[in-house]
Amino acid sequence: MEPFRYIRVQDNQTAIRAAGINEAKFIAGGTNMLDLMKLNIETPKQVVDINKLSLYKIEELQNGGIRIGALVKNSDLAYHPIIKKNYPVLSEALLSGASPQLRNMATTGGNLMQRTRCPYFYSTDFACNKRIPGSGCAAITGYNRMNAVLGTSDKCIATHPSDMCVAMAALGAIIYVQGPKGIRAIPFVDFHLVPGETPQIEHNLKPDELITHVEIPALPFAVKSHYLKVRDRQSYEFALTSAAVALDIQNGIIKNAKIALGGVGTKPWRSLEAENALIGSTANQENYRKAAELAMAAAKPNTDNAYKIELAKRTLVRALKTVEEMS
Amino acid sequence: MLQLNVSQLINSIKVEENNNPQKPKEGSTRRQFLGQIGLAGVGLQLAPLISKAAGVAALNNALPAESITLNFTVNSTKKSLMLDTRVTLLDALREKLHMAGSKKGCDHGQCGACTVLLDGRRINSCLHLAVMCEGAEVTTIEGLASGGELHPMQAAFLKHDGFQCGYCTPGQICSAVGLLNEGHAHTDDEIKELMSGNICRCGAYNNILYAIKEVQNA
Repeated sequence: MEPFRYIRVQDNQTAIRAAGINEAKFIAGGTNMLDLMKLNIETPKQVVDINKLSLYKIEELQNGGIRIGALVKNSDLAYHPIIKKNYPVLSEALLSGASPQLRNMATTGGNLMQRTRCPYFYSTDFACNKRIPGSGCAAITGYNRMNAVLGTSDKCIATHPSDMCVAMAALGAIIYVQGPKGIRAIPFVDFHLVPGETPQIEHNLKPDELITHVEIPALPFAVKSHYLKVRDRQSYEFALTSAAVALDIQNGIIKNAKIALGGVGTKPWRSLEAENALIGSTANQENYRKAAELAMAAAKPNTDNAYKIELAKRTLVRALKTVEEMS
Repeated sequence: MLQLNVSQLINSIKVEENNNPQKPKEGSTRRQFLGQIGLAGVGLQLAPLISKAAGVAALNNALPAESITLNFTVNSTKKSLMLDTRVTLLDALREKLHMAGSKKGCDHGQCGACTVLLDGRRINSCLHLAVMCEGAEVTTIEGLASGGELHPMQAAFLKHDGFQCGYCTPGQICSAVGLLNEGHAHTDDEIKELMSGNICRCGAYNNILYAIKEVQNA
């Protein structure tokens, strides 16, 4: 690990000022940051500890939505009674990720900033355009069984690893960030970026902007929602494929649908194609399959990950069926 | 990391230089003896390491190492340490406070051998900077027993043979104590799922489950 200056901050303004200089990075839970610093993949000259900031609240909003502080631990969010009752898809997604120890450390804001687990990104012996722009992508010509099939480019096929983000993408969360010029709101789908020509740029956040909280809008039908994660072993493993689903079914007709996929995209993959196909149609297996075909229509397989396309379709169909049966 | 290790090794060797590394002193512990043997081996390879470390620093234009004071409580005792900012909580416990109960397995938050309780909650101490513990209260395996009496979880692990080689055991026990504090595990499957952050290469999982259930139902 490279040496760094450590600064502990007590308020947002100081945090933002400290982040703007000296190749600084924020540290909250540290579960991904420190992991990458040990491998010299992240080499901040200044580490700004934001754990003393007052960003720990989970609050119900007047409009029925919920506001989650950026420092709320994954475990506190997953077990919060309102989240369990109103947004079970989010609780299930959080509890399907990492281990209890890591969930006790990892924060909401940190999870949004989580970086890919592509083995070629993690191994400094290989080329990686995310790690060293222009060096090439060893995954495209390498062993890419875990890599993405949606949102890829010829520069990068790294999968976005988060489960929490897939649920938040489906629920239409809004990310609030504070910078030197004030506060701005970023819709979830605009926060993460597909790699394109610049895979090293992964999100819409400026270096001196601080995530302060995430809002999830009121979505009464999300009481019937579900996260299904398919993986190589039953727990403590990243997704091969996953689906976050909320459905509003009335008299057998789908009035509204929220759908996002995980494990297949270079970012948390909201599927408006699948949502639009389902809205107004009958809740049945045939229509679920049609929606799943549309969700994966743009998928581009590589040498070892073509299986993910069919697996993702079946994952989505089963998640939709599970939510239907809750009704 | 390389730089830090080399300077630590040089300091350690200075301290140890009057000892015969092949023969434990009278009253030496097994750990001290193993440490001396290890240092002798490292000494042979030190010269190339130093030159390599210097090269890395020059190439990367790295900052000099920076130290900072940490005040925290470990097993109900107040501690004050001067630490390199890069030191993890696990390394501070093991190398600075000489509490070697918490184990270093993967050092990347994947195995759970380093599990301790931070302000009552189980965490991976290998993925937590020590300086982030200012004012915090840490409980390690060394702090679970009270007086001469084992913590009920320690006693249950013994009774049910919840280990074989024992390397993962301090982490397993701290994790199990954390699990019961959290109160989310009500079935065998839930206990297994919520202990999934602790890997046991010997495969003592069933006996670990029996131990946890015994304490839970006591």
